[in-house]
Amino acid sequence: MKKSLNKIKAIDLACERGGRAIFRDLNFSLSRGATLSLEGANGAGKTSALRIMAGLLSPSAGEISFQGVDCEVTDGEERGRFVGWLGHLDGIKNQMTVLENAQFFAALYASLGNVGRTLERIGLSRALNLPVQYLSAGQRRRLALARLILSNRQLWLLDEPLAALDGAGKGLMAALIKEHCEAGGITIAATHDPLGIDAECLVMGAP
Amino acid sequence: MSPARALLRRDIMLAFRAGGGAMLAVAFFGTIAALVPLGVGADLPLLSRIAGGILWVAAALSALLSLDRLFQADFEDGGLDLIALSPLSLEAAAGLKILAHWLTTGLPLTLVSPLLALFFNLPAEGYVALIGGLAIGTPALSAVGAIGAALTLSVRRGGLILALIVLPLVTPAVIFGSGAVLTALEGGGTAAILFLGAFSLGAVALSPFSAAAAVRLNLAG
Repeated sequence: MKKSLNKIKAIDLACERGGRAIFRDLNFSLSRGATLSLEGANGAGKTSALRIMAGLLSPSAGEISFQGVDCEVTDGEERGRFVGWLGHLDGIKNQMTVLENAQFFAALYASLGNVGRTLERIGLSRALNLPVQYLSAGQRRRLALARLILSNRQLWLLDEPLAALDGAGKGLMAALIKEHCEAGGITIAATHDPLGIDAECLVMGAP
Repeated sequence: MSPARALLRRDIMLAFRAGGGAMLAVAFFGTIAALVPLGVGADLPLLSRIAGGILWVAAALSALLSLDRLFQADFEDGGLDLIALSPLSLEAAAGLKILAHWLTTGLPLTLVSPLLALFFNLPAEGYVALIGGLAIGTPALSAVGAIGAALTLSVRRGGLILALIVLPLVTPAVIFGSGAVLTALEGGGTAAILFLGAFSLGAVALSPFSAAAAVRLNLAG
């Protein structure tokens, strides 16, 4: 984490997909160490909201601002440099082994983290040289989690982080979010299930 | 390892793994080059005249084979989101993907071309123009192809549309490339090679920007 963010703000965000309004007037403000749980029915726009936060999608109205000590970032692609992303698509390559996938992402994100130790923490140390196509859905999810840790970014955007994880995995996820926020990170998670930690909650409704 | 090297290394690795398409392009190139002399018959003067043209058309088609996976594979599995959020700009990522595509298709095609030219009884004067031309011109195939691949990202099974976009745009490379071989056989000048080089340089310089712009549109779509 190079530049440190103190606050992220979403002001009157609105989103349109295919000419249809998905949500509007989304407002929130989060400080260092905060966790926001984004809730709402299927189709309420949770994933779109996360993509907008990450700068992958432009809002149809409103703005997002990331504020640091002596900087303010509003541009979508610059915002992306602060984001650790865990989407419902994991971007993990079946043709590569667990270790190769993890090493690739660590290098792509210029991570200072230790790949071996992170995979051990996440419970994949016995599958290091296994091609990813033989992993279960839950194990893939754990690998995606390892990548999230290795990305070393301050703002975690998590889309259904608990999907496919077993009980121990859910506990691990909660512990990781807690640790991340205690270290000054910010987490926004779109989820249907309780995260298992103290979090602010924002329910997205139909416009 | 730097982010750029990591992406380049991974794309090359994937091209050689199952479903990667690096060997496929060479095999396809070899098959066309082996079939044409069989179809045309043992007319050696005719074969040596059409060698450059056939090999260039075959190279363009072979390069096209693996193009639809250039961005599509990463787009479908969410990897492109992660690349977009990485320290690399999308322009740099597109440039690296073009380089990886060339290293796994254009370069191997260039390296096997002298062997295939034997099937066509290509006279010795033609070899330098053929190999040099392919080395200079195949980067343009990858570069122009990347624009097409990025444009057709959100089209499922966009392979045919991709071919319709890319093939007309690489026509100059095919014309100058095969022209270079012909002029070499006739003892002519180097104009065709120079035009080929200009086209290739232009395509390589501009395509990362156009491809990145098209990727951006598709990610937001």
